[in-house]
Amino acid sequence: MAQVDQKALLEFVLRQGDNTLVLGHRVSEWCGHAPVLEEDIALANTALDLIGQTQMWLGLAAEIEGEGHSADDMAYLRDAWDFRNLLLVELPNGDFGRTILRQFLFDAFSAIYLPLLTKSADPRVAEIAAKATKEVAYHLERSAQTVVGLGDGSEESHARMQEALDYLWPYVGEMFASDSVDQAMAEAGIGPDPAGLRAEYDALIGRVLSEATLRIPEDSFAHKGGRNGYMHTEHLGHLLTQMQWLQRAYPGCEW
Amino acid sequence: MYAQMVKSTGDAVKSREDMSDDERHFQDKVDANIKVEPRDWMPDDYRKTLIRQIGQHAHSEIVGQLPEGNWITRAPTLERKAILLAKVQDEAGHGLYLYCAAETLGVTRDELTEKLLSGRMKYSSIFNYPTLTWADMGAVGWLVDGAAIMNQVPLQRTSYGPYSRAMVRICKEESFHQRQGYAIMMKMAQGSPAQRKMAQDALNRMWYPSLMMFGPSDKDSVHSAQSMAWKIKINTNDELRQKFVNETVPQAEYLGLTIPDENLKFNEETGNYDFSQPDWDEFFEVLKGNGPCNTDRLNARRKAWDDGAWVREGLLAHAEKRAAAKVAAE
Amino acid sequence: MKKEWPLWEVFIRGQHGLNHRHVGSLHAPDAETAILNARDVYTRRNEGLSIWVVEARHISASAPGDKGPLFEPSESKVYRHPTFYDIPKDVGHM
Repeated sequence: MAQVDQKALLEFVLRQGDNTLVLGHRVSEWCGHAPVLEEDIALANTALDLIGQTQMWLGLAAEIEGEGHSADDMAYLRDAWDFRNLLLVELPNGDFGRTILRQFLFDAFSAIYLPLLTKSADPRVAEIAAKATKEVAYHLERSAQTVVGLGDGSEESHARMQEALDYLWPYVGEMFASDSVDQAMAEAGIGPDPAGLRAEYDALIGRVLSEATLRIPEDSFAHKGGRNGYMHTEHLGHLLTQMQWLQRAYPGCEW
Repeated sequence: MYAQMVKSTGDAVKSREDMSDDERHFQDKVDANIKVEPRDWMPDDYRKTLIRQIGQHAHSEIVGQLPEGNWITRAPTLERKAILLAKVQDEAGHGLYLYCAAETLGVTRDELTEKLLSGRMKYSSIFNYPTLTWADMGAVGWLVDGAAIMNQVPLQRTSYGPYSRAMVRICKEESFHQRQGYAIMMKMAQGSPAQRKMAQDALNRMWYPSLMMFGPSDKDSVHSAQSMAWKIKINTNDELRQKFVNETVPQAEYLGLTIPDENLKFNEETGNYDFSQPDWDEFFEVLKGNGPCNTDRLNARRKAWDDGAWVREGLLAHAEKRAAAKVAAE
Repeated sequence: MKKEWPLWEVFIRGQHGLNHRHVGSLHAPDAETAILNARDVYTRRNEGLSIWVVEARHISASAPGDKGPLFEPSESKVYRHPTFYDIPKDVGHM
């Protein structure tokens, strides 16, 4: 394997792990509160997959960092400015429509991106991607089907889904806002530059959203600052306050 | 238990002479451990009692998601979060299996849900107590699931086929629930002074509510006598409570925790532990709706149901549109 | 509008090459969703390799009252079972 900038590699792996950590956390908030039992169970399955992927990504991040930390340390002991997740995944759940649409927008990206990572020059990355790819293929099938059902459902469900899309759309562009880290990864054969995946992504979500009779907003403005850690939303801090509370209040304990 | 104080006919169990031919044939079948299936003849009261019991059991699983769900987003490690989420998810699954069993008796899940939300059907008293610390996740798994298992294992042999099959599946899945709770308690009891304090505090608060789960003594209850004759109740409440205490005391000792009962001691003569009864006045208040969390629990369920209405209706509208388009195309 | 999702019966074929077996029921708005729901509800512990769903109202069942005429006549056909025949030990396994 060619010499890989370890700092960039760490950044890259944190981006994967923080996405699944934060989204898994958000989805788990639904447990016990979903619109119907079948959906409650399905959402928990999605969250469990994401938590499992987090354990692998953040475990690898800790290994690359090389300071003796664990995956849990990475999840529970970093502050908001250290997080490298997309703004999209830290947004509050909103109603079920927004949650499932956000899931779909993220799944669609993962379903394109992860299969490419299975060919990574770093076998550790390839191995995690191989496991996650199968899980994500199912997530996408389910979230796409639900988005179509609700978008092309009743008048109310259609209106709510359109509202959700209008709200979430400005957070889609960040997935493709690549930087020097992505370029370093592409050069080292670790993973593709996401900027090159936009056309495929647009085609995929275009098909589903059109079947869902939803209109993609014309404004292409994109909020950024999550995946490079420059500026998260205010929501992330609250999420971390809850998630990290026990580890922070009782440092060094075993649970 | 998850189904507490389920009323049956309120009459004494009928003697064979007083039974109709159908009733006698039915009772013979139950006595011979032949399962009753949905389309078989059954006494009307058997059907009604079962709907109440299975419905209450299902409601308990669903409301029971809430006290533990309260800690999913605060679980201290990724593994604990995954375990807790999987466990609470199982509870949703168990509620689902039980609602389906009740549906074979001619009631719909929506009807049962509406009865729960309007307060006309109950759920177990235990879920009206709060979960205040992470140690409560340990105590709930260890004590509450432990108590539930006491009741659910014998119910696998219950006379009604769909209920029995649901219980078989539930017992199989639940086998990790109590263990994960005890594993949390072990970590806490062997942990820092603060963790030990949390563990003892959780046991102090959960002990008597756990004993209440079995319901008040029913050795003289006509409802219980009828349910036992029908094999939809297998043991008396006192039998199960005693069994629970006998099994739990050594587990608490192993943890180095103290069960909050000065009268607790082993009785050489009976081979059982003697113990104090919980405060039954408190129990009846909780059943009436005056537990610490009754209002919050029901409001949470109502909110989930009301907020979800547009989703259920939207997806159904889509399915109907699709079906209509398919018919038109043919 | 107030309508419950239809009830579906779920059949799963597990690891060992046995037939699809009825495992339970669930609610879903349509067949596609019923299959996904079945995956999420009934295969959480690696139980299945294939799922069938059928809307409960489409199942025709035998009447409990017909149990006698339907099933008892086969009781007397003992010659359908291998144990009916005595084959001398010397013949070997058959």
